[in-house]
Amino acid sequence: MIEGIAALYIFMLAGFTGFEIISRVPVILHTPLMSGSNFVHGIVLVGAMFALGIADTPAEQIIGFIAVLLGAGNAVGGYVVTERMLEMFRPSSDKGEG
Amino acid sequence: MESIDLIIQASYFLAAVIFILGLKQMSSPITARRGIVWAGAAMVLATLVTFAAPEIIGSSLATINIGLIVLAILIGGLFAWVTGKRVAMTDMPQMIAMYNGMGGGAAAAIAAVELIKAVNEAGHDPSGSATVATALGGDVAILGIIGAIIGTVSFSGSIIAWAKLDGRLKRNKLLPAQHVINAVIALATVVIAIGIYFNADLNQIILFYVLALVLGIFITIPVGGADMPVIISLFNALTGLAVGFEGYVLGNAAMIIAGIVVGSAGSLLTHLMAVAMNRSVANVFFAGVGTDSGGSIDSSALGEMKEIQAQDAGILMAFASQVIIIPGYGMAVAQAQHKIWEMTQLLTERGASVKFAIHPVAGRMPGHMNVLLAEAGVPYDMIYDMEDINADFKNTTVSLIIGANDVVNPSAKSDSSSPLYGMPILDANESENVIVIKRGRGAGFSGVENPLFFGDNTKMLFGDGQKAANELIGAIKELG
Repeated sequence: MIEGIAALYIFMLAGFTGFEIISRVPVILHTPLMSGSNFVHGIVLVGAMFALGIADTPAEQIIGFIAVLLGAGNAVGGYVVTERMLEMFRPSSDKGEG
Repeated sequence: MESIDLIIQASYFLAAVIFILGLKQMSSPITARRGIVWAGAAMVLATLVTFAAPEIIGSSLATINIGLIVLAILIGGLFAWVTGKRVAMTDMPQMIAMYNGMGGGAAAAIAAVELIKAVNEAGHDPSGSATVATALGGDVAILGIIGAIIGTVSFSGSIIAWAKLDGRLKRNKLLPAQHVINAVIALATVVIAIGIYFNADLNQIILFYVLALVLGIFITIPVGGADMPVIISLFNALTGLAVGFEGYVLGNAAMIIAGIVVGSAGSLLTHLMAVAMNRSVANVFFAGVGTDSGGSIDSSALGEMKEIQAQDAGILMAFASQVIIIPGYGMAVAQAQHKIWEMTQLLTERGASVKFAIHPVAGRMPGHMNVLLAEAGVPYDMIYDMEDINADFKNTTVSLIIGANDVVNPSAKSDSSSPLYGMPILDANESENVIVIKRGRGAGFSGVENPLFFGDNTKMLFGDGQKAANELIGAIKELG
C-alpha cells in the first residue's frame, strides 16, 4: 500500500516525468503522443478489474462491469489508433515500402 | 509478502517503467512505433497478472466476478478494436476523444464502487457515527471523490466532443446564460462532494454523479469546433489525473504513475496548444471565437477575390523553383492528401523544391495534418513546423493553401480588433504567389474574413480539394 508522504513523492516525480516527456516533442508527433498517453491511462483497466473482482453486491457488480468494459475500451482503442498512426511515420529513405 | 503478490507488484512496477520509456520513445519519429508496441506489451502483462491477485481470487464471488471481468474485457475490447481499426485517419480526433472518455468513465466507476462499499461499511457501524471519510480514510476519500468528479466530467465531456467532431451534434448553446448555469452546477457538485465525505448517504452519491455528468456535457457544448483539440487534450489530461487518484484509492502504483505522467504531460500539451492558438485554456471554455460577437472585417472593403483555373495554377507551380504546401482541415475533409502527394512527386521530378508547412493547430488536433500526410506517404523530412519554415516564404514562388484559412490569416498580425489577433500564423502572404484551393467564398472556422484571399498576389482555385488536386496533376502532366 502506498500512503501519505510516499504517495506525494510519487505524484511529484511522475508529474515532472510527464512534463519532461512532452517538453521536447516535435509538433509532428503531438497527435500520436496524445493518443499514446490516452492509451497509457488505459491502465485504469487494472483498477477496474479490482473494483469488479472484489464486488459483493449486484450494484457493485454492475458498476464494476461498466468500469472494466470502459477501461478495456480505453486500453484497446487507445492502442489500435496510436499504432495505426505511428505505423505511417517513415523517413523519405524508405518511402518505397508499403 | 506472498510470492504471488510479489510477482504482481513487480509486474506493475515493470509496466510503469515501460509506459514511461514507451512515451519517451513516442516523442521521436524514429522510435515512436517501438514505443507503442512496448507499452502495449506492458499493458497486457499488467492485465494478465491482475487475474492472479489474491483479493480477486479470494473474494466471496470470485468465480462470477472473474467471469464478468473476462466478459467485460471482451465486449469493451472488441468494440474498441473494431471501431479503432475501421476509423478513417481524418476521424482520428473524435475516436481519441471517445476512448479517452471511456477511461474517464472507468475511473469514475471505480470511485463509485469504492464509495458504495464505504457507505455499506459505515451502515454496519454500531455507533452510527461512521462516514465515508472514516470508512475509507480521509486522504483516500478526498482523492477518490476528486477523481470521481474529474473522471465523470471527462467522460461526458469527451462523449460530447466526439459527437460534435463527428457531426452528430451541431448545437453550441443549450440554455441562455450557459456559463452562469455551468458555474452553479459546478458549485453544487462541489457542495455535494463535500457532503459525501462527511456523511454516508447513497442518494448523495447518485446526485453527485448526475450533476458531474451534466457538468461535463454543459461545459463542452459551448466550445467552438476550432477549440476542440484543446478540449480533447484537456480531457485526456483530466482522465490521467482521475486514473492517478483512483490508483491512490486502490493502492496501485502503476495506476498512480501512469495516470499522473499522463496528467502532467497532457496539461503541458494542452497549454502548448492553447498558446499556439493565442488562447488561454480558460478562454476556450468561456468564449467562443465566431460564435457571437463579430469582430469580423467587412468583406466588401477587402476588394475582389481573383479566380484562377487549375490549368494556369498547374503551370505556375510546374515552373516554380520552390513550392510550399499549407494543408488545413479542408484537405482532411476532401481526403485530398493522396492526390497532393502525387502532385508533389510530379513537381519534385520537374526539379522544384516542395515543402509542407504545418501550423501547430492546423486541422482538429496538433499534428493532425502530419498524420494525414504520413498516411499518404509524404516523408516526414519534407514536413516543416511553423518556426522552421516561416523565414522561407519570401524565397518561395508559390504557396499552395489547401483547406487552411485562419492559420494563414494576416489580420492576426495586423488587425488588433480581429479575434485572431496575436495568433502566430504561417507567413504565406510573403511568397511571390499564393494559390488557395477552397470550396467556397465563406470565412474560416473562426468566422473571421481572411484578407489574404483578397491580396494582389493571391489567386483562388474554387472547388473540392481532391478534385482540384486532380486537375492540377492533369495540368502538370500535360506539360510533359
